[in-house]
Amino acid sequence: MPAADAPSPEPHADEPLPTFPGAHRPDRTRTVDVGGLRLAVHEWGDEGARPLLLAHGGFDFAGTFDVFAPLLADEGWRVVSWDQRGHGDSQHAPLYSWDADVRDALDVLDTVTHDPVPVIGHSKGGGLMLQLAESAPHRVSHLVNLDGLPSRRRHPDVADRERTRLLAGELTAWLDHRRSAAAAERKPGTLDELARRRARMNPRLPIEWLRYLVPIGARRDPDGWRWKIDPALRFGGFGPWRPEWSLLRMPGLGVPMLGVLGLEPEDMGWGTTPDDVVPFLPPGARFVPMEGTGHFVHIERPHEVAELVLELLS
Amino acid sequence: MTAPPAGPEVGTRNPVVRLRHNKVELALHELRAGEGRPLLLLHGLGERAPREVPAAVAGWPGPVHALDFTGHGESTVPAGGGYTCEVLMGDVDAAIAHLGPVTVLGRGLGAYVALLIAGARPEHVRGAILCDGPGLAGGGPDPGSPTVVRLDRTVPTPPDPFALLELARDVRPPDYATSFARQATHLSGLTTPISVCALGRPAWLEAVVGEPGVETADLEQALGLHASN
Repeated sequence: MPAADAPSPEPHADEPLPTFPGAHRPDRTRTVDVGGLRLAVHEWGDEGARPLLLAHGGFDFAGTFDVFAPLLADEGWRVVSWDQRGHGDSQHAPLYSWDADVRDALDVLDTVTHDPVPVIGHSKGGGLMLQLAESAPHRVSHLVNLDGLPSRRRHPDVADRERTRLLAGELTAWLDHRRSAAAAERKPGTLDELARRRARMNPRLPIEWLRYLVPIGARRDPDGWRWKIDPALRFGGFGPWRPEWSLLRMPGLGVPMLGVLGLEPEDMGWGTTPDDVVPFLPPGARFVPMEGTGHFVHIERPHEVAELVLELLS
Repeated sequence: MTAPPAGPEVGTRNPVVRLRHNKVELALHELRAGEGRPLLLLHGLGERAPREVPAAVAGWPGPVHALDFTGHGESTVPAGGGYTCEVLMGDVDAAIAHLGPVTVLGRGLGAYVALLIAGARPEHVRGAILCDGPGLAGGGPDPGSPTVVRLDRTVPTPPDPFALLELARDVRPPDYATSFARQATHLSGLTTPISVCALGRPAWLEAVVGEPGVETADLEQALGLHASN
C-alpha cells in the first residue's frame, strides 16, 4: 500500500481488478422498472432454486453481498438482491423515502415470485424488511435482521433550548445541501483513495475488501473513480420517524425470525444493545449477539452468519 | 431534464420563474409584482398555484408569488414517488433562495410545510400563516398500520398520484411540529412568527397552537401583523 498521501498509479483498463477470497459477482443482473425508475437487480444461484430476498444497508449496494450471498446460493438458494434507488447501479431518483424503498422491494419481489419467501436485511435493509413483513405478511416466510435492529435511544438528554439548536443546525445543513445538490458530484480519486475513504466509515473491514468493492460501487471517469451513489443522498438528517415505531413492529411478527447483533459499537451502527431488543422479540425468535463483531456482521463473519440463516431456513 | 433558461417567461399569463431543486424543476408564479416583502402562497395537497391573487389576500401590501410543489401544477412530476414534507420544505427553500425573505401563507399541506420552513429558515421566513386546506392532517400523529400501495401510472398528471398517496399519510407527531414552532420563536427574532387561521385542528396543529409565539387569528389580522413585522 502506498503512503496515505501519495497518489497510487491507476490500473490500466486491461489490468486485473482487485479480487477477494470467496467473493463472487452475481450470476445474473437485470433491471426492474419501479414507477418509471430503473433498479438494478442482482442474483446468485440457480434460477430454478428457492428464492430469498436480500436487502443492503444505507450507502451500500448489492455487491457488498459478494461473499455472503454465494454461501447461501451454494446451499440451494436463489439469492435476489437489488441496488436501492440512488445506490449502486440503480438510477438516481428525484425523491427518496423509507416507504418508497419498501415499495421498491415489493416491486422487485413481484418479478421473482408471489409466494412467501425468506427476507434478509442488513442495517437499513433490516428495517425495510421489518416493515415489508408487517405490510405484506403474505409475501414473507422468514425474517432475518442483520444488525438492523432498532433501538429506542434518542439524543442524550439535553435541555429543550439546546435540542432546538441541535435541530436548527441539522436543518440548515440539510437545506444548504439541497440547494447545492443539483450540481453536486462525488469526489474523484484513485481506487486506493476510494477504498481508504470508505475505510473511514468501515474501519473494521479489511482494506483488501474495500479495494475489491471500488470497481463495483464506483465508476471510472476520465479524472478518476467516483462512488456511484447519488450525491444528493447524505448521512444524518432529521424527520418525524421515531426508532421505537420500528421496534414495535417486532413483537407482532408472525414468521420465524433471526436477529444478529454486532456488539462492537461503530459509527455506521445503530448503537443498539441486547437489552434494547430482547423484550421486543416475537415468540420463538432467535437472537444472536456477536462478541468482537461490528456492524457488518455478514462481512466480518460470513460463514457463521450464513450458517445461522441456513439453520433458520432448514 | 435540462435546465431551462433563467428569468421570467413573458406571455399573456403571470410570469413564471423555473427554479431547480435537485432533479426537480419548480414553477414559481408571480401573481402580482410590487415593492416590499413578498407573500409566498403554498397550495394544499393536490392543488396548484392560483392563477391570480386570491381576494382574501388582496390587501397584502407587497408582491404576491405562488409556488407549485413537486409533482403539482407546472412543476416536475418525478418518477417513482418518494414524497416527504421535508422535501417540500426544500421546494420552499428554493423559492426563498430566489425571492429573499418572505412571509409564507400555506393551505392544508402547505400550512404544515409553512411551519417547517418557518422553523428551518427562521431568518428568512418573516411570518407564517397556516390556513385550512387539503392535506392539513396528513397521516396523523403516529404511523398506523403500514401498507404498500402500487399505483396505476396511466392516470393523467399532475397532480402526481404518488404525491396524493404519500403526503396524505406522512406521520406528523405533535412534538415534531412543536420543535419547528419553537425554533421559529427562538431564532426568528419575531414575537409572533406563526399565525394559525385554520379551524381544522389535527393533533400537530393543536399542539402548535399552544406554543409561545403562535397566535390564532383571522386571515386579515394575520396579514396585517406580518406585513408590519
